[in-house]
Amino acid sequence: MPAISRDDVAHLARLARLELTDDELGHYAEQLDVILGAVQRVSEVAADDVEPMSHPVAISNVFRPDRLIPGLTPEQALSGAPAVEDERFRVPRILDEE
Amino acid sequence: MTFTSTTAVDLAAGIAAGDFSAREVTTAFLDRIAETDGELNAFLAVDTPGALATADAVDAARAAGEPLGPLAGVPVAVKDVITTEGLATTCGSRILEGWVPPYDATVTANLRRAGAVIIGKTNMDEFAMGSSTENSAFGPARNPWDTNLIPGGSSGGSAVAVAARQSPLSIGTDTGGSIRQPAAMTGVVGVKPTYGGVSRYGLVALASSLDQAGPFATTVADAAALHAVMAGHDPKDSTSIDAPVPPVVAAAANGDVTGMRIGVVKQLTGEGFQREVREHFQKSLDLLAAAGAEIVEVSCPHFEYALAAYYLILPSECSSNLAKFDAIRYGLRVGDDGERSVEQVMAMTREAGFGPEVKRRIMLGTYALSSGYYDAYYGQAQKVRTLIARDFAQAFEVADVLATPTAPTTAFPIGEKVDDPLSMYLQDIATIPANLAGVPGMSLPVGLDDKGLPVGLQFMAPAMADDRLYTTGAALEAAVGWEARP
Amino acid sequence: MGGPTVTFEQAVAKYDPVLGLEVHVELNTETKMFCGCPTTFGGAPNSQVCPVCLGLPGSLPVVNADAVASAMRIGLALNCRIAPWSRFARKNYFYPDMPKNYQISQYDEPIAVDGYLDVDVEGETYRIGIERAHMEEDTGKSLHMGGSTGRIHGADYSLVDYNRAGIPLIEIVTKPITGTGDKAPEVARAYVTALRDLLRALQVSDVRMEQGSLRCDANVSLRPSPEAVFGTRTETKNVNSLRSVERAVRYEIERQADVLSAGGVIVQETRHWHEDTGRTTAGRTKEEAEDYRYFPEPDLAPVAASEEWVEQLRATLPEPPAQRRARLQQDWGFTDLEMRDVVNAEAVDLIEQTVAAGASAAGAKKWWLGELARRSNDSGVALADLGIDPDGVARIETLIAQGSLNDKMARQVIDGILAGEGTADEVVASRGLVLVSDDGALTAAVDEAIAANPDVADKVRGGKVAAVGALVGAVMKATRGQADAGRVRELLLEKLGVEG
Repeated sequence: MPAISRDDVAHLARLARLELTDDELGHYAEQLDVILGAVQRVSEVAADDVEPMSHPVAISNVFRPDRLIPGLTPEQALSGAPAVEDERFRVPRILDEE
Repeated sequence: MTFTSTTAVDLAAGIAAGDFSAREVTTAFLDRIAETDGELNAFLAVDTPGALATADAVDAARAAGEPLGPLAGVPVAVKDVITTEGLATTCGSRILEGWVPPYDATVTANLRRAGAVIIGKTNMDEFAMGSSTENSAFGPARNPWDTNLIPGGSSGGSAVAVAARQSPLSIGTDTGGSIRQPAAMTGVVGVKPTYGGVSRYGLVALASSLDQAGPFATTVADAAALHAVMAGHDPKDSTSIDAPVPPVVAAAANGDVTGMRIGVVKQLTGEGFQREVREHFQKSLDLLAAAGAEIVEVSCPHFEYALAAYYLILPSECSSNLAKFDAIRYGLRVGDDGERSVEQVMAMTREAGFGPEVKRRIMLGTYALSSGYYDAYYGQAQKVRTLIARDFAQAFEVADVLATPTAPTTAFPIGEKVDDPLSMYLQDIATIPANLAGVPGMSLPVGLDDKGLPVGLQFMAPAMADDRLYTTGAALEAAVGWEARP
Repeated sequence: MGGPTVTFEQAVAKYDPVLGLEVHVELNTETKMFCGCPTTFGGAPNSQVCPVCLGLPGSLPVVNADAVASAMRIGLALNCRIAPWSRFARKNYFYPDMPKNYQISQYDEPIAVDGYLDVDVEGETYRIGIERAHMEEDTGKSLHMGGSTGRIHGADYSLVDYNRAGIPLIEIVTKPITGTGDKAPEVARAYVTALRDLLRALQVSDVRMEQGSLRCDANVSLRPSPEAVFGTRTETKNVNSLRSVERAVRYEIERQADVLSAGGVIVQETRHWHEDTGRTTAGRTKEEAEDYRYFPEPDLAPVAASEEWVEQLRATLPEPPAQRRARLQQDWGFTDLEMRDVVNAEAVDLIEQTVAAGASAAGAKKWWLGELARRSNDSGVALADLGIDPDGVARIETLIAQGSLNDKMARQVIDGILAGEGTADEVVASRGLVLVSDDGALTAAVDEAIAANPDVADKVRGGKVAAVGALVGAVMKATRGQADAGRVRELLLEKLGVEG
C-alpha cells in the first residue's frame, strides 16, 4: 500500500468535506500513515474463502407495514436549522450539480 | 439514610414502599452533582427542573396508589449521545452544540416508562471516539480516584457519575469498549449487551454495526435492573433482535457458578498488560474456581487482528454516519457570509465543528472505502471479523463465559496519550472482539493497583446469553467483596 | 454556440448508436421507503418529514414491506430473476437535498436482475435487455433563489424541502441497446412508453413524468460499425417527457457524430437536457465524478426473497400491456389505426370499462375519442380526470340506443355531468331532456313545416328526396332539438307521399 502524502490527505479531506489547514495536512499525513501501517495487519490473514461479515446478527427480511406514522410538524423539523425561509431550509448557493 | 451511598435497587424499593420520596432522592443526587461536578466535569447538562418534575410525578403516582415502574424515582444519567426530547444532545461536539432533539431515543423512552428520573446528560469523547473522554469539546471528565487521571472513555462522564455517586445509575454506549474500559478505570460495573439487545434508535451512530448502549452501576444487581429496563425488541431498529430480554435480574440474584466453565482467552492475558492487572485477573480466576467454576483455557487466534479490523470498520462506518453534520438541518454553521458556496460552508463548518480525533477517523474511513482500496481494507476487515466470530463460536463450545482483563492498564494521566492515537487505541485491545462479534461483555472491579487505582475484569458470553455475565459477575463480586470507594 | 452541423441521417449513416436507459420510478406506496411519512405530492414544505427522512442524528431506517413487494413485481414483470439474497448499500456523497449525505440504495446486490421488455416500433419488435432493477430513496427538492432564471447557476441561495426525501424509487437499468440504427430515438421513446404502461398496469406508480414520478437518464454512444467496440458514452439527465427522450437521444447522436466527424473525441460526462433549446449541455466529467464509497448499509437487514414469496407475487401480475392491447383490439374489432388512436389517447382502460358497463366498443370509442377528447384538450385535464366515468358514458350510449336521446342531447347530458349535476339519468330528468318521438306531438310540427316551406315540399314531392333535410331541420328547430330526427324524416316523407 502506498504511503499517505499531503495530497492524499487533501483529496480525502475534499471527499469528506473538511477544510483542513496546511498544518493539519502534514500532521494527518504522518498520523494516517502510521495508523494505516498498523491496520494493514488484516492483510496477513488468509481469508480468500471467508464471507465478509457486515452485520453481527444474522437476520433478514426486517420490514415495516406500509402504514402512516405521525412525523414532525414543520416547526419541529425546522427547529434546529441554522437558517430558515418560507418553511424551508435555507442554504448557501450550490455550486455542484448532481 | 445517605441516598448517595444506597444501591439503585434499594432506592427503588424504598420509594415504592414510601420509606422516602423520589423528590428527596433526586434532590440528594442533584446536590451531590452541584458539589462535585465543578471538578469532575461528568455532566454536560443537568436537568434539574425535568428531574424534579419526574420525581414529583412518581411521588404523586405513589400517593394515588398507581402502579410504579421498576425504576420509579431512581435517577439515571444518560450519555449525551442518546437523544432526549426537549433536552440538548451534543455528542460532546461543537458541531451539535445547542441541538435540542425533537424526539426521544427508544432507550430514553424505556427509561421514562420505567419511571426513572433522567437527571442529566454526561460528558463523553466527541461522537464516542476515544478512550479517555479527553476528546470532549467541553473539556475532559476527571477520574474521581485521582482527578489528574482520565476516567476512560468514551463514556467517561457516565462512569464518573456512578463512581462519584452523582447518580446511582447511568447509561453509556460501547462501540469498542466505551462502557467496559471506563468502568474498569473508575471501579464500577459496566455492561455492553448483545448487539441488537438494546435498541439503537436515537443513539447517535458512531459505527452502526458495533454500537450498543448499556448500563453503568455500582453493583451487578443494579446493572441488571437497568439492563432489563433498557433492553427489548424495537421495531424502529431493523437490527434489533426479536426475542425476550435475557433473564439478567434473576441471574444477578443467583450468582451460582458451580459447574460453569470459564474460558481464559490465551491471547489476552500475557504481555502488554500491566503487572497488577495480570495479578488481579489471576486472583479472580482463583476466586471463581473456589466458588465452583471450572477454569479452562481457550484460544482465539484471530483476536490479534481485532484491533486492526476494528480501526478499518469503525472509521469506514463513522465517515458515512458523520456526513449528516453539514450545517443545513441542525447544528453549527460557520462561514456563511452570503458569498461562499454551500460546499465551502459545509467544509468550514465540519473543520471548525469536529475535533482532531473525529477528523482523523473520518479521513481514515474515507480512505478505507475509496475505490481501489475497499477490498484490501474494509472488505478484508469484514472477513477478519467473520474469523473472530468463529473464534468466539469455538471458544463457547468449551466455555460458558470467557474472561479477560478489561483494559491493559489502570487509569493514566490526562494528556499522556492525547496525540498518540495508536497507543490510545490499544486501550481497547481486550474489549473490541466482543463488539466485532456482537457478543455481550461486562467489566467489574476486582482490585486496586499499587497506586490504589481500580482494576477491571471482563466477562464475555454468547449472543443473547447476557444473563451469564450477571451470574458470573455476581459470583465474582461476592467473592472479591469490593468495598473500595474513590 | 451553434448546434451540430451533421444531420441525423448523416450521423446514423456513418455511426452505429448504442443506448442505455436508466429510469427512476417513484412508487405509489402510502409511506416512504424507510419511514412512515406520507408520499403524497404537493404538501406544504417540510410537512411530510420525521427524524428518519430528515436524517436527524440517531434515527434509523426500516424497510417498507410494500415497496419491496412492488420492486419484486416490477422485476418479475420485466422478466427478471429475483435475487434470493439482496442488500442495501450506502452511496456516499454530499448534496444539500440529501439529508444524510448518503443515499440508501442497492449496489452490487440488487433485488432483480437480467430481464427484458419487448417494444414495437413501426411493426418491428425490439427486445430491450434489462440489466437490473433496484430499490433506493429519493432526495429532497431545492428552490434556487435570487437568480434570474430559477436555475441553480446564478442563484444567490437555495431553499430545501425534504417532503420528497425518502420516497421509494426503483431504478431500472437497461443493458446496452444495440442494433437500432436510425430507429434509436424512436426505440428509446417506445421503451420508456412501454415501461410506463407496464408500471401503470402493475399499479405501482403514478408514472407522471411531469410530476417527476418517472424520470429518465439516457446514455448514448456511437461506434463506427456494429462490429466495433462501444464508443465513449455520455449520460443525459433531466429527460422528463416521452417526447424529450426521443429528442434528447436524437440530439446526442447528432452532437457526438459532429464531434467525431471533426476528428474530436467524446468526453465521458453527464449532460443536461434543456427542453426549451432542445440541446444538452456538459455537466460533470468522469474525472470529476464522485467516489461514492459504497458499503453495505449496516442499519438494514438483507432481503431474502424466498421462492414461495416470489411465486406469490408472480401470481399478482397483470396481463402484459402489449398482450392485453392485442386481445382488446380483437374483441372490439378495431383496426390497427383505430387501436393506435385509442392507445395514444390513453383511453384503453376507459373504453374497456365503458364496454364492461354495457356500451358497444364503437360507441365507447366515439365518445371518449370524440367529444370527451375535445373537452380534455380544451381544458388540459386528462381524459380520466374529466369528471365523467365509464359508467356515465355507457349510460348515455344506452339512452341513445334506446332512442331516448340524440347526440345533441347527449352532449347536454355530458355538460350536466361535468357541471356536477349528478348522474346521466339525473341530468336527463332535471334538464327535461326527452326525445320527442311520439307521432301525435310531432305531426303538428311536421304539418307546420310543410306549410311554411311550400317550395321545399314541392321539390320533395317532385322526387328530390334529399331536400327533405331542410324540412327536418325546421321540425328539429321547432322542437328545440328534442325530436327523434329519424322519425321526423319518416313522417315528412309519409305526408309528402314519397317513398323514403
